[in-house]
Amino acid sequence: MNIQDVIREQVSSAPVVLYMKGTPQFPQCGFSATVAQILKHCGVTKIFAVNVLENDAIRQGIKEFANWPTIPQLYINGEFVGGCDIVREMYENGELQQMLADLDVQ
Amino acid sequence: MSRIDAIRQRLAILEPLLLEIEDESALHAGHAGARSGGGHFRLTIVADCFSGRNTVARHRMIYDALGELMRTNIHALAIRALTADEAKLSTTRKET
Repeated sequence: MNIQDVIREQVSSAPVVLYMKGTPQFPQCGFSATVAQILKHCGVTKIFAVNVLENDAIRQGIKEFANWPTIPQLYINGEFVGGCDIVREMYENGELQQMLADLDVQ
Repeated sequence: MSRIDAIRQRLAILEPLLLEIEDESALHAGHAGARSGGGHFRLTIVADCFSGRNTVARHRMIYDALGELMRTNIHALAIRALTADEAKLSTTRKET
């Protein structure tokens, strides 16, 4: 299985999947920390977090997968949502809460 | 050419009405990502080509325009991408 197949399976393996640097408990980048924090504020307790610093193939592969050059990357129901700026914007206008409301992630 | 000039030159293709680029690299000096030589930048861009496109699409347009700069000179990029109308709205909101 090549890395793109691995990622394709990973993003759909849970309702909320976050590719980040570090972990939600110990983020190693300010942008990753912000997204993890926002999800926590939204009451999300079930996050499937992938620490890209532990796997260089995923770190590079995820950029190709979403055609998105930066990390963090948030996926909801297997769909790419965005990076830090977009997640913050969607949190501020309530769109994110709406997306999360129907999921079993609290 | 400075990194900011390089970014400005690449983004010209989007015909920005307003383009502000701040180099925040100094704030991140010493952090792991900064060691690779890539900078941290904050970008505000107003352009008509964003109209009718969602934020993900707008950011992708910017990343496409920046091309390999995203892999070399830029480690992190915070983006605010607005149309002229949205920019007017957000200024009015700030004033009131």
